[in-house]
Amino acid sequence: MRLCKVIGNVTASVKHHTYNGLPLMIVQPLDGTSMAERGASLLAVDTVQAGPGDQVLVMSEGSGVRQILKTSPTSSPIRSVIVGIVDAVTVDEGGES
Amino acid sequence: MYLGRVIGSVVARRKVAGLEGAKFLVVQPLDDRLDESGPFQVAVDTVQAGPGDLVYLVGSREAALALDPYFVPVDAAIIGIVDRMHRPERGDDEQNWTP
Repeated sequence: MRLCKVIGNVTASVKHHTYNGLPLMIVQPLDGTSMAERGASLLAVDTVQAGPGDQVLVMSEGSGVRQILKTSPTSSPIRSVIVGIVDAVTVDEGGES
Repeated sequence: MYLGRVIGSVVARRKVAGLEGAKFLVVQPLDDRLDESGPFQVAVDTVQAGPGDLVYLVGSREAALALDPYFVPVDAAIIGIVDRMHRPERGDDEQNWTP
């Protein structure tokens, strides 16, 4: 999974039917230690009621998504979902452990 | 999934089986600041997007699931046309987006 910050959301009336009713959030990947923004933002379906400013875990793998959303394996073009809201991150600053 | 801007289209008469009738559009991938986030690509359209539309796409195997019948050999599919972006963390106060 990737550590990201929720930036906001996207709405679309014309879309693939499997996206109907699913909140589509803009998520910004973060650097694991400095928490600075790193790389381009992407979109992820929210499944844990995350809101703007939240630090979240984003999972980007199709079959895992289908398992979470219980969508059909033959028509579910969804690849990224928010799977958790992060409370704390501790990273060992390069010490041998 | 990721944002993109439709900037053109591609016609390919000779192509592999399974791609008949697929409509190919040229898309510039964007981040939510509408800055370019990668090289432009050709994606199959599933929502009748047009030139200039801000769209969102899905890549890899899930792109193949965006079409009927599924498992059409594509690695990028346009699956939504953006009406509105709301980015409080970028300072948007009310619902707005830049065309």
